[in-house]
Amino acid sequence: MSGPKHPRFDTLTLHAGQQPDPATGARAVPIYASTSFCFEDSEHAASLFNMERAGHVYSRISNPTVAVLEERIAALEQGVGAIATASGQAALHLAIATLMDAGSHIVASRALYGGSHNLLAYTLKRFGIETTFVDPRKLDQWRSAIRPETRLLFGETLGNPGLDVLDIPSVATIGHEHGVPLLVDSTFTTPYLMRPFDHGADLVYHSATKFLGGHGVAIGGLLVDGGLFDWSASGKFDVLCAPYAGFHGMVFAEESTVAPFLLRARREGLRDFGACMSPHTAFLLLQGLETLPLRMQRHVENTRKLVAFLAEQPQVESIAYPELPSHPDRALAEKLMPRGCGAVFSFNLKGTRAAGARFVEQLVVFSHLANVGDAKSLVIHPASTTHFRVPDAELAAAGITQGTIRLSIGLEDPADLIDDLARALKAAAKADK
Amino acid sequence: MKLGLAPHQIFAYTGGRPLDPGRPCAVFLHGAQQDHSVWILQSRYLAHHGFGVLALDLPGHGRSDGPVLDSIEEMGARIAQAMRQLELQRLVLIGHSMGSLIALEAARHLTERVAGVALCGTAFPMRVSEELLAATRNDPATAMEMINVWSHRASIAPFAARPGNPGPGFSIVWENLRLMQRIARVNGRHVLANDFAACNAYGGGIEAIKALPCPVLFVLGEADSMTLPKFARGLIEAAADGRVVRLPDTGHAMMAENPEGVRRALTEFAHSVTAAIAG
Repeated sequence: MSGPKHPRFDTLTLHAGQQPDPATGARAVPIYASTSFCFEDSEHAASLFNMERAGHVYSRISNPTVAVLEERIAALEQGVGAIATASGQAALHLAIATLMDAGSHIVASRALYGGSHNLLAYTLKRFGIETTFVDPRKLDQWRSAIRPETRLLFGETLGNPGLDVLDIPSVATIGHEHGVPLLVDSTFTTPYLMRPFDHGADLVYHSATKFLGGHGVAIGGLLVDGGLFDWSASGKFDVLCAPYAGFHGMVFAEESTVAPFLLRARREGLRDFGACMSPHTAFLLLQGLETLPLRMQRHVENTRKLVAFLAEQPQVESIAYPELPSHPDRALAEKLMPRGCGAVFSFNLKGTRAAGARFVEQLVVFSHLANVGDAKSLVIHPASTTHFRVPDAELAAAGITQGTIRLSIGLEDPADLIDDLARALKAAAKADK
Repeated sequence: MKLGLAPHQIFAYTGGRPLDPGRPCAVFLHGAQQDHSVWILQSRYLAHHGFGVLALDLPGHGRSDGPVLDSIEEMGARIAQAMRQLELQRLVLIGHSMGSLIALEAARHLTERVAGVALCGTAFPMRVSEELLAATRNDPATAMEMINVWSHRASIAPFAARPGNPGPGFSIVWENLRLMQRIARVNGRHVLANDFAACNAYGGGIEAIKALPCPVLFVLGEADSMTLPKFARGLIEAAADGRVVRLPDTGHAMMAENPEGVRRALTEFAHSVTAAIAG
């Protein structure tokens, strides 16, 4: 059918959420470094506070620069809106704190980023929110772990450290059968590689620090609502469907049919917990987001070349990358992320912990640090860093060996990256002699 | 709140405060495949500025019970019946798109109670192309996507609205599509085809507007590509007291694209027509 078309992904990465600044004509997104915004008069102030009119009041709740980033990621994910937070962890906390009370329960994948695992396993437990961890590949575990008080299913698009591919359609269906939404951490894939809402997820969050920003210069999180979960029909979410004393008896699900979660998350979560994003951070993340499609293409191309190189090395025992025939989720990955499986993966080096440490120390182009998703290639050896104090048995349970190396592949010339790996492999071989 | 109205319950959002029957009442009527929430800012504002508010879910839409009604005439008669059952006076009927036609039809049954009628994004006749009508029947998912694109100002709105609706950080384009998809899920795939067919078939617009003794406000988006402003001309000329507000750079989804412009137009009109009655 003829007629106008919705702008496509690459266009949205540059334009969504922004028009040239009406005050100055600035084409780039201005940094509105202002804590607060003037009211036209008392009546305007009252109506802004009472959500009768839209606008900015105070930058903890909303800010014009941050709003551009929020609307841009919402457009890219095809969600009804987004909230930017101080970090990815703050986005996860905001989602949970918005939906749950003491006594609520989460079912989560066992294959999680360590920070998320800590929040669920230890910190939230202190506040009366319990989590049952399940093998993300075992759908019966997801189903049987759900209790009457379960309010959320949670997993990562690509799990840690084995890149388990979350079967979003199946897990979402299980959740929906029980009136429970699925929250997905989509940090490793970004909307360029997969849009979780297309597959049934209800809420998505990102550590924007990683591939969305892409340059390792700012910490931030983004929480996006797909707008299709029916909070009212679920019957489990009085937080959204019953009058809220903290906002003049507002019933969020009556105010907005498709976005009550975001209304409460902003009006309560940002207001009370305050883990907001600064406009400077939003600006930096927007600069990165503008080139997301170009970068993700190159990230994936480089990763494939490096995976192929490593697969041929006798010192490499195994590689966990879902595009390899050896990966248990290869078929699911082809279905859910046909553009590629991202640029973070782990491989196991034969030999001792010393060999792994030596390998990392000899890398020159790769930077040895605790991050992923930078334009520059990064490396870490969990057994000698993040998991230094963890006993061998626990390491094994987490899928980590003495020789596990995690790489985040950047945008350098892949030949230089391969040279770097080859040199370090040679050095690692000597360490065990 | 659910209005206890026979034969089927009608849901009404009251703007965040209880309905005060002593106040003039603004009744908001949504368009095809939508619900009350498209009026979130305007209805909430009027509820806190002198009006009782009923932002309705039409029968068979959103939270309202009952089957969808087949024609604009039936929909208008049902709304008029509900207003009589509630014994509300000094009504301002406000409709968007299909809702504007329903407002006209309801008003002709309620001339003694209606102080004014506001028609937003309206046209008469509200013709729908055969191609789109067929799509609403045979491929509603694609039809909803097409309607969503056409409902927003083509050049800019897909990128952003200023200010956001209902606030910063929301994507008005995806909110609109998700709402249509929600209605399809909750109320059935047939609603879209029903509503568009009803708009296309409605022939009583001129007759209805000529029967109205009250002022009629036309709020027209100058960039509306669903109901082009020129297609409201017949209604404007037929109205005894027609008033027109044109919103620049505003498409069909005007309440989301230009919430301030719509709010201002409706507020000024509602106050003026109800003050005239009180006076």
